[in-house]
Amino acid sequence: MTVTLRLRDKDYEVHAGMTVRDALLQVGIEPDSVLPTRQGELITEDEILKEGERIRLVSVISGGSLLPDNPDFEIRR
Amino acid sequence: MKCRKCGDKAVINMRQHKLALCGPHFLDWIPDQTQRFIEKYRMFDAGSRILVAVSGGKDSLGLWDVLGRLGFQADGLYIGLGIDGGTGYSAESQRKCEAFAEAHGLHLIVVDVAEIEGATIPTAASLTNRGKGKPCSVCGLTKRHVMNRVARDGGYDVLATGHNLDDEVAVLFGNTLNWAAGYLARQGPVLEGRDGLARKVKPFCRLYERETAAYALVRGIEYIYDECPHAVGATSIYYKETLNRMEADRPGMKLSFYLAFLRARQEGLFAYSSSGAAGDMHACSTCGQPTTAPGQCAFCRTWDAVRARQRVSV
Repeated sequence: MTVTLRLRDKDYEVHAGMTVRDALLQVGIEPDSVLPTRQGELITEDEILKEGERIRLVSVISGGSLLPDNPDFEIRR
Repeated sequence: MKCRKCGDKAVINMRQHKLALCGPHFLDWIPDQTQRFIEKYRMFDAGSRILVAVSGGKDSLGLWDVLGRLGFQADGLYIGLGIDGGTGYSAESQRKCEAFAEAHGLHLIVVDVAEIEGATIPTAASLTNRGKGKPCSVCGLTKRHVMNRVARDGGYDVLATGHNLDDEVAVLFGNTLNWAAGYLARQGPVLEGRDGLARKVKPFCRLYERETAAYALVRGIEYIYDECPHAVGATSIYYKETLNRMEADRPGMKLSFYLAFLRARQEGLFAYSSSGAAGDMHACSTCGQPTTAPGQCAFCRTWDAVRARQRVSV
C-alpha cells in the first residue's frame, strides 16, 4: 500500500504498479466521476502509479438545483 | 497515452469520442466545439449582447472564459444567495467570480438576494413550505427570476448558462422517469424568449462535465471546488452517478441519450405538450414577470410569505 489517492478530505491507499483506472475501481470510485492529477497536472487513467506518490482526485460532479427551463417549476422528485 | 494531434503526452482521454489530447490541443478543442454548438443551435452571433450566469463553479467560469476567447461580448451575473454551510460558500463563490472578472477585464453584475428581498436563501427556505425545508427549490426559483429580470432590464439578447451534458442528461433522465412531457418539450440547447422571458442558451450542453472540469483545471481557472452544502444527497447527483456507471460500461451512452432525445423532440414527439403550454403565460400581478397562472408568480408568492413570516417572528 504505497500510493495515496486523495478525494476531497478522504485518503485511499493502493498498491503501486497498477493503472489509475484500476486503482479507482479497486477503491470503488467511478473513474468518470473524477479527474486524477499528479503534482497539479492532469493525467490519463492509463498512467501507472508510482511508489510513494499522492494522486489528487478532483470531483467533476456538481448538482443541486438543476432546474428545467420552466418559469415556475423545479425538477420533480 | 498520446495526444492524437501531436503525439505529446495526453492529459485527457475522452472515451466517447475515442480522442486523447494534450493540454494545448485540449484548450483549443473546447472553444472549437463550443463555437460549433453555438452555430449549430443558432444560439447567438458575433454582435449579440450576452449575459452569462456565473456561480464561481467550473462550468460557468469556464463558459465565460471560452466566450471571451471566441470574441463574444459577455457580461457576468453573480447572484449572492447567502449560503454559508460552515465554509462561507456564497462568499467564496462571489470572490472567485470577482477575481475572474477583474483578471480578464470583464463586467460582473452582482445581485445580493438578502439585500434585495430581505433574507438569504437558507432563511427564506426555513420560512416557507416550498421545498419542505430544502433550499434548492427556493434557490432555483429565485435564480430564475433574478436572471430573467437582469437579462430583460439590461437589454441582453441572450442569457447563457454553463449547463453541461451531464446536467442536461440528469434532468432528461429524471423527467423521463416521471414522464414529465411538458418539461421534456421545453428542454434543449436553446429556449426561445417569449412574453417577457429572456432567451436562454447552453453553449456547453454537449460537453461532458468531465471535460468542462478538465478545461478549468488545464486553463488554470480558479473555481470553487466545494459543492453547494445543500446539494449533498440531491436527486440530480444521484442521477449523474447512476448515468456515469452506465457510461463506464458503454462510453458515449450519455451523449447518445441526449442527441436521440433532441432528434425525437425535433421530429415532434413532444409537440402536443409544447403547444399546450405555449398559450398559458400571464404577467405576474406584482412584478410583471411571466407566470403560468393568473395572479402572482411563484417567486412573488414565496417571497411575500417569507417577509410576512419574518414580520410575525420579530
